[in-house]
Amino acid sequence: MEIFNITGIIPIILFASFLFTGLAGGRLKPMVSGITGTLSIFIVTAVSYYTAYKYFFEFGKAGNEYIKIIPFNLMWLQFNDTLFINMGILLDPISVMMLIVISTVSLMVHLYSLGYMKGETGFARFYSFLSLFTFSMISLVISTNLFQTYIFWELVGISSYLLIGYYYSKPSAVAASKKAFIVTRFADLGFLIGILILSYITKTFEYTTLTDPNGSAINQGSSVLFLGLSAMNVTLILIFIGCAGKSAMFPLHIWLPDAMEGPTPVSALIHAATMVVAGVYLIARLFPLYIFSGADALNVIAFIGTFTSLFAALIATTQMDIKRILAFSTISQIGFMIMSLGVSGYGDTNGLGFTASMFHLFTHAMFKALLFLCAGAVIHAIHLNNLNEMGGLRKYLPVTHITFLIACLAISGIPPFSGFFSKDEILTAAFAKNKLIFTTALITAGITAFYMFRLYFGIFWNKEVKYDKTPHEAPKTMTTALIILAVGSAITGFIPFGNFVSSNGVPLESHIHFEIAIPAVITALVGIFVAYIFYKKENNLPVRVSSAVGGLYGIIYRKFFIDEIYIFITKGLIFRFISGPVVWFDRHIVDGTMNGIAFITNLVSEKIKYFQSGQVQQYAYVMLSGIIIIVITVIYILSNL
Amino acid sequence: METTIFYIFAIVILIFSVLAVTSRRILRAAVYFLFVLLAVAGLFFLLSFNFLAAVQLTVYAGGIIVLFIFSIMLTSQVNDKLEPIAAKKIIFSLLAAIAGAVVCISAIMTYRFSEPKNIEVDAGMKTIGKYLLSYGENGYALPFEVISLLLLASLIGAIMIAKRDNT
Amino acid sequence: MIENIGIEKFVILSTLMFFIGVYGFLVRKNLITILISVEIILNSVNINFVAFNKYLYPENLQGQFFALFIIAIAATEASVAIAIFVTLYRRIKMIDVENVNKMKY
Repeated sequence: MEIFNITGIIPIILFASFLFTGLAGGRLKPMVSGITGTLSIFIVTAVSYYTAYKYFFEFGKAGNEYIKIIPFNLMWLQFNDTLFINMGILLDPISVMMLIVISTVSLMVHLYSLGYMKGETGFARFYSFLSLFTFSMISLVISTNLFQTYIFWELVGISSYLLIGYYYSKPSAVAASKKAFIVTRFADLGFLIGILILSYITKTFEYTTLTDPNGSAINQGSSVLFLGLSAMNVTLILIFIGCAGKSAMFPLHIWLPDAMEGPTPVSALIHAATMVVAGVYLIARLFPLYIFSGADALNVIAFIGTFTSLFAALIATTQMDIKRILAFSTISQIGFMIMSLGVSGYGDTNGLGFTASMFHLFTHAMFKALLFLCAGAVIHAIHLNNLNEMGGLRKYLPVTHITFLIACLAISGIPPFSGFFSKDEILTAAFAKNKLIFTTALITAGITAFYMFRLYFGIFWNKEVKYDKTPHEAPKTMTTALIILAVGSAITGFIPFGNFVSSNGVPLESHIHFEIAIPAVITALVGIFVAYIFYKKENNLPVRVSSAVGGLYGIIYRKFFIDEIYIFITKGLIFRFISGPVVWFDRHIVDGTMNGIAFITNLVSEKIKYFQSGQVQQYAYVMLSGIIIIVITVIYILSNL
Repeated sequence: METTIFYIFAIVILIFSVLAVTSRRILRAAVYFLFVLLAVAGLFFLLSFNFLAAVQLTVYAGGIIVLFIFSIMLTSQVNDKLEPIAAKKIIFSLLAAIAGAVVCISAIMTYRFSEPKNIEVDAGMKTIGKYLLSYGENGYALPFEVISLLLLASLIGAIMIAKRDNT
Repeated sequence: MIENIGIEKFVILSTLMFFIGVYGFLVRKNLITILISVEIILNSVNINFVAFNKYLYPENLQGQFFALFIIAIAATEASVAIAIFVTLYRRIKMIDVENVNKMKY
């Protein structure tokens, strides 16, 4: 399709922006970098919407079905006839949807950061990294093959690392960035192995071949068994480990809360809306493969998603740092998406889970970005992020207050806000598949409503706090972004999402399932009501309840000791029993050998250096004697032997 | 006749060589060395390499000896006598030199050289000039150019080294 | 002519001259006299080249050209060496080889 060649300029613009702000930004006024970055992402957004319009309404359909369109696909690395790596652009409903999500949220974050990051040192660096991130993320979603995805997957990880460690003079930020990088890298090892095995089994990296339900790739490898599972299942689980690392699924979620050390807009863009859903996106991308040859892997995914969502929601109820609460909320919501994919079938109404997952990804990007940006506005206003120390902010920050409330209602699943629609579909899909998962998800939804409104009441109502300086509303650039996202969170639910995105490309007529929706809304309202009682006015009820459950509260507050377990495993076991001996071996045996050689050489040379008297005649004498001896030996002794 | 001349030259060479390396007056050593050079030039004449003999006289006897004498004037008094050399050193050096000489001469004596070819050597200036500037077979254009470059380099090097301050 | 002088006589002469030069090189202290010894060695080699040229390969002139080049190189070498000696004398007021040992270990 000629028309889609224009999509190719998206990565080019972003990369150019990255180079410009990165290389020249330090020498220009900071605002120039900011405006360059924002302008380029604005163009990108325009192109994305244009692409989406052309795709969904004009060229995307072949008959009744949305097809994959590849505007171009260049061979990038060729090793031999079958092993080659392409670079290209793949447009299909989910990648186009991701284009819209990423560009929209990124545009809002760029706009917002113009106000939020004003006056920070390294403003140009910030925009440069944002451009790099957006470039990698968009290139990731429009990849035509697994390997291209992997390359940009790593680039996304790098830019996340750079942005978490943006305040690199703060030790905690440095530690957090390293933690995020190492944990995701560790997970990516699984991903890489998965890719290699998968390409070994199927002989291709290309998504078009891999995900074609009638294609050659689907049924390969199911006969080979490994650990009681088919090789394909193992491979897909390995790939899921990569996804779990990026999407912060249990037990690889530990990096995400710490990643909140980065600037708040970064948290909004990377650690809420886009990068962390890369895992969800990748599973969706390979979904036919999971359905047709990885049923066991899909079950694993469903249970891990469910567990993570409950687990993270529980932790979120006890945390005090507002950004951390949002981080755990993100983990929980991504758990929903993953679970929804896990319970999905293929085609028609069976594929509701897939649609629901993508729908939730879409709406979640809007309202979670909004939540983070609101939290940023609050932090910007009072320079605090501990829930205990704030309260009564509704008078000072009216815009933030309203937008935050909208976002809370959306994430809690209150109609008519967007979260209601996506969550309803998720719950319906779960109900159809597995009652246990459904029940857990329902409870989680209630807890979600509770902790979100705990946050809301805690920030904007509760006690009246005397602030050192009177808090004031954020500048126009920030509130504009908030309002746009709030509108998005409010109305995106009415998009007939199934018409555009479905598991097999055939539009899926979706409607509200009242038998699911009503209990869900009631649960959410209960959660909100409890939060209202606990936190609307300052009272001692929360303290009484938390001391009543005692130890359990402590365990949850300490995040189920997962970090401690990691520390124990890494420091206590791996470092002591594996790394320690290895280091000892390296220090004493390897280095010792080398040092010994050096020491002996030194010793010998110290002893023989007196031969080097500096007397030319002595050298000449020795040389002459040597020659004579050799000549005599050769001529008179050796020749007579 | 030639034999006699050869022997005279040979004896002159040997005697003055020995004197040149043993004389304790450094200026005299240089003059003895001049005689050695002259005798060697004489040998070249005897072998009818006239051009080479001329070069030997002009470059060695004319140039290098003058250089030596200049440097001797610059670095020591004319009447200075070099301090005598330790006997041990003389003995050991002599031993090594004699051993070397014996080994070589015995090798030469036992080796059977092939019959000398009695062809007249054409070593005129014209031939030499042609050879030096031709680049085909038996051409010496490349070594000739290399030598010229070497001369230039040593010229510059000598100036740089002997300059009074290295500023 | 030279038929009655054997080639080995030239070679022996040059050998003796060579070892006289070597002896000088070994015992002399003054750098200039050492240089003279080196020049004697070079001359002995020249004699060899020329003699071989004359007796064994008279059709070509390699020996002669080598002798020529050796003379040229000896000239350059002497000039550079003497420049060094003069500088050295300026620095340490003597040109004895035993004192030129700054580069030992």
